[in-house]
Amino acid sequence: MRVLSLGRWLRAGRVPPREPASRPSGHRHSGHRPQGPPQELPQGPSQKVSVEVLEHLEHLALVDFRDSEGVERLQKAIQFADQLHEVNTDGVEPMDSVLEDRCLYLREDDVTEGNCTKELLENARETVEEYFVAPPGNIPLVKLEGQKTFLQGSK
Amino acid sequence: MLRSSLRQVSAALKEGRVTPTELCQRCLALIKSTKFLNAYITVTEETALKQAEESEKRRKRGQPLGILDGIPIAVKDNFNTAGIETTCASNMLKGYISPYNATVVQKLLDQGAVLLGKTNLDEFAMGSGSTDGVFGPVRNPWSYSKQYKEKSVPKSHSEDEEYNWVITGGSSGGSAAAVSSFTCFAALGSDTGGSTRNPAAHCGVVGLKPTYGLISRHGLIPLVNSMDVPGILTRCVDDAAVLLGSLAGHDPKDSTTIQDDFKPFELPDLPDVSKLSIGIPKEYHAPGLSSEILSLWSKAADLFKNAGAKVVEVSLPHTRYSIVCYHVLCTAEVASNMARFDGLEYGHRSDVKDSTESMYAATRREGFNDVVRGRILSGNYFLLKQNYEKYFVKAQKVRRLIANDFGKVFGSGVDILLTPTTLSDAVPYTEFIQEDNRTRSAQDDILTQAANMAGLPAINVPTALSERGLPVGLQFIGRSFQEKQLLTVAKWFEKQVQFPVIQLEEAERHDNGVFQHQKSASFS
Repeated sequence: MRVLSLGRWLRAGRVPPREPASRPSGHRHSGHRPQGPPQELPQGPSQKVSVEVLEHLEHLALVDFRDSEGVERLQKAIQFADQLHEVNTDGVEPMDSVLEDRCLYLREDDVTEGNCTKELLENARETVEEYFVAPPGNIPLVKLEGQKTFLQGSK
Repeated sequence: MLRSSLRQVSAALKEGRVTPTELCQRCLALIKSTKFLNAYITVTEETALKQAEESEKRRKRGQPLGILDGIPIAVKDNFNTAGIETTCASNMLKGYISPYNATVVQKLLDQGAVLLGKTNLDEFAMGSGSTDGVFGPVRNPWSYSKQYKEKSVPKSHSEDEEYNWVITGGSSGGSAAAVSSFTCFAALGSDTGGSTRNPAAHCGVVGLKPTYGLISRHGLIPLVNSMDVPGILTRCVDDAAVLLGSLAGHDPKDSTTIQDDFKPFELPDLPDVSKLSIGIPKEYHAPGLSSEILSLWSKAADLFKNAGAKVVEVSLPHTRYSIVCYHVLCTAEVASNMARFDGLEYGHRSDVKDSTESMYAATRREGFNDVVRGRILSGNYFLLKQNYEKYFVKAQKVRRLIANDFGKVFGSGVDILLTPTTLSDAVPYTEFIQEDNRTRSAQDDILTQAANMAGLPAINVPTALSERGLPVGLQFIGRSFQEKQLLTVAKWFEKQVQFPVIQLEEAERHDNGVFQHQKSASFS
């Protein structure tokens, strides 16, 4: 990350921050002054994601990568996330919620609102009577004719 | 009048020195003059004037609903507002008219607040610049301030002003810009990784992130369910306390709100910090922190020490991993939360009809921008069976370590942590867009999002102007549900630093001095 931030400083024409060697005059207290920046995080080796996994992801997410930039973005994201493995989490329980020490509120099982069919249907583009209309289901995702996704084209 | 604080203008309304309709009209006119800031996506002129009229009737009868009756406010466009388009700055929700009000919006309306409009943001609140929405980027009002223009290198022609403007920060940039440019007296934002505090710092306003579980998220279009909170943006700390008092409390519609009674509070006129212990986390001296901000941070620590507070250096050892942890947890929750957008019940729907899946895929391809799609795909990757333990569960464990770090520090007697909010002052837009959204978010959120990780309350207080004439803020992080203590310290600090008022030509023109207003009074 330092490489990126240094780059930004250099582009802006400023001197990158150094260890605080000189202190502004008039300040005697050192106990609470923040020390130099911590060590730079080492970047691990990147593992290329296979095309099978990429296709699987596209299918799960129903969102496409669109171009090589999209795939590159994922690679960088994974590389970034790999830094987590430097942390020793032996014996640590995963944390779902910061409110884990409290009980979730459960109200009485009484009907308090509803009967808003009209409002709910108003925002849908295709409806028939009180139904949302969907195209036929149970058909696996097939690419439209003449349109290959980026991944298919790269095979 | 427009440059007053919320409490001051509320007093003026009470005393009849100004009427709600007059106030509303002035704000609407100023919004029109400052349209170039692109802070608002939707301006609800008709309904705002109607609300102002109702408020006026109530005030005439001597029955105001409270301190907020008649006060113009703005709401970030990822809160549902009944009958008003809610877009999240995305093609996916363009034209979506919410059928209901978010709880926080309902609370404000119930107290008579006048909703001026919905403010601009990064698409689905993903970003740290308010530059990635489909309605275009938001411009920082300070780009047009006398203070910034004076410090800019003199250009040969005025066109360069077009390229010189700086970002607001994000993702609640529109809300921050709206408050900073005096078009409203308070605005709602959302804070998942710093999205309220970051733009607050860049726009020179107070940005409060309350404790997770204090304010209802019902109606806030979710990004990360375990970290989102509605954020409050105001021009001074007292105003933030007023808003907090109106919004906090258990909501049966949001089971993640705590059930404890919330007592609205007023802050002491002369706060006293001499009995407190202020912690300075050394890891927040992050790479890339500008020397200006470092020096301000040190000066602030000295201010507290000179006032008699105990100032100690503390350590939050896992700080440098919090941004990585956030990255994994955020993308994972986003992958899940964005799954609801399929075009069937609301929002954009593609014309593809071959099959449900192909319709969904096409809808999502057309509706989401690269940032959102990127996060969905990354999130799905981390949630794959083969990666679940390695990434998602691992990140949850690291989250506990981060929360424990804070727990240890607060348990050792520290009351409040003092840190910078951002690494530098606002950068010009042209520079900001040179890096992609994920890189920017990773850089800009680094000081703010650990508080979201642990669910702690945090507040940005505008501190001083940088060498370039732009605002810089400092952040205070407090103990869970101890907003009163946090805001008391913030108020004390605000009084000490006397942050200058922005000198905006447009605002000065609209505030034609009918009501006398002293500069320093805004932050008293």
